Amino acid sequence: MNKLKIIYNGLVKENPTFVLLLGMCPTLGTTGSALTGMSMGLATMGVLVCSNGAISALKNFIPDSVRIPAYIVVIASFVTILQMLMQAYLPALNDSLGIFIPLIVVNCILLGRAEAFASKHPVGDSLCDGLGMGLGFTCALTLLGMVRELLGTGRVFSVEVYPERFGSLIFVLAPGAFIALGFLIALYNVIKNRRSSC
Amino acid sequence: MKKLVSSLLWMVVSLGLITAIAAAVLSYVHEVTEVPIADVERQKKTEAIAEVVPPFDNDPMTDTWVDSESGCTVYIAKKGKNIVGGAVESYSPDGFSGRIDVIFGFDAEGTVTGYRVIKHAETPGLGAKMEQWFRDPQGRRAVIGRNPSVDNMAVAKDGGDVDGITAATISSRAFLDALRRGYESFKKSNNTVR
Repeated sequence: MNKLKIIYNGLVKENPTFVLLLGMCPTLGTTGSALTGMSMGLATMGVLVCSNGAISALKNFIPDSVRIPAYIVVIASFVTILQMLMQAYLPALNDSLGIFIPLIVVNCILLGRAEAFASKHPVGDSLCDGLGMGLGFTCALTLLGMVRELLGTGRVFSVEVYPERFGSLIFVLAPGAFIALGFLIALYNVIKNRRSSC
Repeated sequence: MKKLVSSLLWMVVSLGLITAIAAAVLSYVHEVTEVPIADVERQKKTEAIAEVVPPFDNDPMTDTWVDSESGCTVYIAKKGKNIVGGAVESYSPDGFSGRIDVIFGFDAEGTVTGYRVIKHAETPGLGAKMEQWFRDPQGRRAVIGRNPSVDNMAVAKDGGDVDGITAATISSRAFLDALRRGYESFKKSNNTVR
């Protein structure tokens, strides 16, 4: 498998949000605005690339029966490092993401990719898979954040498109996240089907 | 290298080594970031204090008084020898999603001079508006410029003199609860510290 194909696979063909439906908790929780959605996606991508790389490098050293605890330790370490670095150098971003940074540990995408990909492929390919999946997750979260921010507050990346009073508050809240996500997945499938049929 | 077999020995060795390395790396990163994190926290607080109280020339971070009853810390702002006001690190446990932390500034008479919400988990678009809402001069929204000994700092729904955030009465109540708690502590500090 060549590297570009692996990245494309994560970004489009097996997009973690629109196709695999993994990591729904941060997807719904942090996409109240485009900016927080994107930051969350990038943070997850950083951890995913590191953990995929480390797990792939260690895969022969980890006996099968203890692989899940070993993966969790690796992932949790990277998340904790990320959190400490963000607290120290990006405090504003850390405040806006809050509890969702430590919760990256339990994001299914990370353990899912460690188990399904990194533990079976060489380091280079695993890094690419982490990058592709991370980018796919980032794009999906940014898109969902943009849609919710636009419909909810009339802004995109805090730039006003139409006055806030015409916005529908429900899109900023959790139910709106489900609705917007549902429509985005439908849209994704329509585009996919059109492309494959012609 | 061939994959290690799942014998007890190898499981213990492998998992033990991985956790040991993880612990070592984490303690190193912690050591590196400990000082910057403390600086950030301190700076955030200093900025918030400077923003909410009248101009001062002492260092309120070292001139503090703790209300043993409510647990609020009062940072006293002085100009020369006179107390010009103070910032109170107040809180309310009754937010819509748990505790909220707010720093309030008062002048020497107890009039609210400013506030800053330090930590909250209120609903975006509703309760989270409190950072702007209670500054808005429209109607009876603003708390700044009002004195809690004159006005009843409760939402209009509860018979008070403040218009709460539309559709976020619980968050508004919590905010005003923090304000009243902060004001009480400030008054007490004014009576003790002279």
